[in-house]
Amino acid sequence: MVDQPTPLERFVQGILPENPVYRQLLGLCPTLAVTNGMKAAVTMSCAVAFVLLCANVITSLIRNLLKPHLRIVIFTLTIATFVTIADRFLAAYMYQMSKTLGPYIPLIIVNCIIICRCEVCASKQSVLTAASDALGQSIGFALALSSIAAVREILGTGMFFGWRVLPISWPDWVIMVLPPGAFLTFGILLGTVNWIGSYRSEKSGNR
Amino acid sequence: MAENIKKIKTAPVIHVAPSPHLSSMALTTRRMMIDVVIALIPVVLTALYVFRWYAAKQLFICIASCFAAEMIFMKMRSKAFSLNDYSATVTAIILALSLPGTAPWYVGVIASFVAIGIGKVIFGGVGMNIFNPAMVGRAFVMIAFASAMAASGYEDSASAVDAITQATPMDAFKQTGITTSLSALFWGPTNGSLGETSAFACIIGGLYLCMRRTASWEIPTGVIASVVVFAGIANLVNPQSQWTVLHHLLGGSLLFGAFFIATDPVSSPLTPKGKFIFGIGIGAFIMLLRLFSGYPEGVMFAVLLMNALTPLINRWTVPRALGEQ
Repeated sequence: MVDQPTPLERFVQGILPENPVYRQLLGLCPTLAVTNGMKAAVTMSCAVAFVLLCANVITSLIRNLLKPHLRIVIFTLTIATFVTIADRFLAAYMYQMSKTLGPYIPLIIVNCIIICRCEVCASKQSVLTAASDALGQSIGFALALSSIAAVREILGTGMFFGWRVLPISWPDWVIMVLPPGAFLTFGILLGTVNWIGSYRSEKSGNR
Repeated sequence: MAENIKKIKTAPVIHVAPSPHLSSMALTTRRMMIDVVIALIPVVLTALYVFRWYAAKQLFICIASCFAAEMIFMKMRSKAFSLNDYSATVTAIILALSLPGTAPWYVGVIASFVAIGIGKVIFGGVGMNIFNPAMVGRAFVMIAFASAMAASGYEDSASAVDAITQATPMDAFKQTGITTSLSALFWGPTNGSLGETSAFACIIGGLYLCMRRTASWEIPTGVIASVVVFAGIANLVNPQSQWTVLHHLLGGSLLFGAFFIATDPVSSPLTPKGKFIFGIGIGAFIMLLRLFSGYPEGVMFAVLLMNALTPLINRWTVPRALGEQ
């Protein structure tokens, strides 16, 4: 068996080198749908972080009991359990936010980031590695979501977390809070991240 | 690797290239773009006459910001910056003429940057864009600044320019059922986007473009034919309507769009048959949007929608090679 990455490597890789959104292009449905405001984006990131951490830990604990042909079913059931907890929690304590996020919290069940991490890391490595992997990926996801949401909220409403950061005379770019704004912002930020990546590798002489 | 390439480049080679081996030196991007600028002169003059300094201001803003955008984005792509092919000029003028004169300054600036950046450079520059750049810019500001670009944004009752104080003909009819006389629609002393008001100026410029073969005549013909057919059907269904086929033809930005926007050679199909289908599609979408959508006018969205279908039309209309069954 090839050497598996250590917990620290897993943690660091999730944040930028293997960022789930900008590098692996996973979980784009919530990325595009809930990033029209910082509050929604942060809540979404927290929900995903909770589900990802719990699912990774449980999957890692039962990894020796998994039958290969049934593993996806087990992953999905594990994830669904925690998504239900997160969904009911939001509905109970943050009702307004739960309304805003709508179907996107239940949809975490089919979020490919989590299934991907269970498959790639948690079903093969120890609990500690799986947990640090989950943390790294969650931070990466949160970074991606909040970077897109920051651009969209500031340009679209002149506000950040609901606080006014641009003068009141700022003409709101309504398109940025609408779906086209999500695609444009995401595309441009993705291009920027790729450009920085290629610029770096050129500089270090990898090309 | 680099050394190998150098070797190949310096080695003596027999020049082998795919056809065409002869090309007309006169048929360059630059010549076509200059043709478009010449054809736009009557439209620009009418706009300056009707809207006075509103038109001058909007033209200046768009041209200056398109040049700035071109410079910045070409530098980012580390390509040589040049305005020599006049494509940025054409985009700027068409964009300015498609905006309302009353639009605030930032509308023109943002539309220009979106047109050049997202409409053109991101796809690889001149000749690579799939959508008409000017219309991408206009669509962006249309959705972003809905209040400045909606029909009510065209009016300013305090303005010193007569045309600006009225509602646009399309909106006046859509909201209150008031028809504008055909002669006003033809000569252009009405409110509207800067370049669209005078059907006469658009026809003069458009005929020049078609005669110079810079624009393919199939596209405007297709647009006008399908608008005539669909407007005719609409009139037969609803015979008491005051807005006749001729109103549909001369009003709004139909002729401006048909002659100057739809004929963009980059984002329209390649074959004559394809161009005809493209034109008919635009006309059909325009009538669909005019009759059934909340917007009084639909030329911009019609052109963008058909731009998206251009690759498909190209695939349908591949010409049969000589002797092929």
